[in-house]
Amino acid sequence: MATHKLSAQSAVRGAFSILAFLLLWELGSRSTQWIGADIFSPLRELLGGLGFKKTYLPWVGAIPAPTEVLAAWAGVIGDAGYWQSWYKSVFRVLAGFITAMLIGIPFGLLLAVNRTAFGIGFPVFEVLRPIPPLAWVPASIIFWPTQEMSIAFVTFLGAFYTIVINVVGGAKSIDQRYFQAAQSMGSSKWDIFKRIILPGTLPSIMVGSAVGMGITWEVVVAAEMISGGGSSTGGTGGGGLGFFIWNSYVGGSYQQIVVGMISIGIAGFFSSELLRALGKYVTPWLRLR
Amino acid sequence: MSDATIPRPLIASGEIAVSGVSKNYGSGHLTKEVVRDCTFTIERGKLTVMIGPSGCGKSTLIRLLAGFEQPSSGTIKIDGEPITGPSRERLVVFQETALFPWMSTYDNIMFGPRARGEVTAQTKEFAEFLLNKVGLQEFRKKYPTQLSGGMQRRAELARAMINNPTVMILDEPFRGLDAMTKELMWEYYAGLVEESGRTNFFVTTDIDEAVFLADRLLIMSNIPTQVRAVLEVDLPRPRKLSDMVTSDRANAIKTEALSILHEEAMKSFSRGSKAASDFVEAYSKRSAKA
Repeated sequence: MATHKLSAQSAVRGAFSILAFLLLWELGSRSTQWIGADIFSPLRELLGGLGFKKTYLPWVGAIPAPTEVLAAWAGVIGDAGYWQSWYKSVFRVLAGFITAMLIGIPFGLLLAVNRTAFGIGFPVFEVLRPIPPLAWVPASIIFWPTQEMSIAFVTFLGAFYTIVINVVGGAKSIDQRYFQAAQSMGSSKWDIFKRIILPGTLPSIMVGSAVGMGITWEVVVAAEMISGGGSSTGGTGGGGLGFFIWNSYVGGSYQQIVVGMISIGIAGFFSSELLRALGKYVTPWLRLR
Repeated sequence: MSDATIPRPLIASGEIAVSGVSKNYGSGHLTKEVVRDCTFTIERGKLTVMIGPSGCGKSTLIRLLAGFEQPSSGTIKIDGEPITGPSRERLVVFQETALFPWMSTYDNIMFGPRARGEVTAQTKEFAEFLLNKVGLQEFRKKYPTQLSGGMQRRAELARAMINNPTVMILDEPFRGLDAMTKELMWEYYAGLVEESGRTNFFVTTDIDEAVFLADRLLIMSNIPTQVRAVLEVDLPRPRKLSDMVTSDRANAIKTEALSILHEEAMKSFSRGSKAASDFVEAYSKRSAKA
């Protein structure tokens, strides 16, 4: 009961903070209309005098107001292209992320439990890990037969390293006494893996996944911006929310840029919520502290 | 059902003979000698308590007895057979708690039988019996983090006892409990031992705990660990804390043990041990009171 009340309270707080944010944003956007653009002109002249090419001052007035964004949103919400962008990005994130989990978790566990595997696999992994996923984009385009596959691969890399490094770290930091206790009570190696290593690593797997999911969204959007639109050029690849933003920028529709950005924010929020729910479900002993 | 007694080990066994055991870590000039030429017996069916200054290598000895590690030299035998590895006949109850955090109390207790594929009506019944015995029947579905410190230790005792080990090894199991819970646990644990007639080996740094529980008291030297003295604690059982406070015999044993420990603590004190300096300070306050 108490937790129920608490979550209702935090929901109200959350709604209030979002409303307050939107209000400040709206006021900021309109501020230029009210105070007049001239107020900055002495400063602009000063900047010009200092040799700046763009005599422009950063000010929220340049950003479209939430009401304008909402209007633009209403314009695209019935548009199949907008939902196509959603579908493509979500699909790529899920495909990359799930593949990263399917390969990353067993690989991480193998590195953690097997000394030989660790000796062979880890050095290569550690050399490849610092390469940012986006640096893989050109090589990936050359390597994979379709653009879709190259984007999915880059997205996969975003989550893969984080998941593996967390699984290895998590499995290796399991208290030594758990192994000793299990061994004394007659556990076989497989039993120890199943009942000690696997559940002992689960919290780290969930942490790695949450971080990995965030990176996946970052990577997919950037990869989409780089790879450009496919649907307009007739290819199967391209598109997605990243391309939606880029396309809006090129087309000069600044309200749509913000629509695209907020769309990603919403998608990212729901991805995290989904993972959090999954985490609570698979590691029930952690929420009781 | 809770009135029933704990099943005794089927065979009266569980005598451990430690002879000439040394344990070194590292090699070459970095070698650190932790245990030196240690010889003692853990007598069958008795509660042997080992006490010594902090950091003197008691935990190393436990790892050797449990079979997690092998001695550098010397032999450890249980009922004449050398110890080669961990076994359910020698179970360790660890410092702090080593309950598996991802398992409920019941699943923790049933860990051993499940690991060995011995989930029978009999073991299930034994699990119920032990849950009652340690007073955790209502907490069977709770995770360790939902239990109090005292409950965690009791759950851990049950998790060990279900395997019916011939020897129970306890490494400062009540460390970190508040004073009141600790004293309750002493009486509770002493009751379990008196009932079961099992061989118990209990390591501690707490002199009150040692004298209250022990049949035999091994006093260890500073590192490298050696047996400094063996005291027979011939106090009547069942023991009650209230009796211990007034017992002259208990106090005499305590004083004797303390004076030996004090000498050892002085040695580690001179080597700059923080724990030893705390002990020396506490000891001088105690002697001033007496």
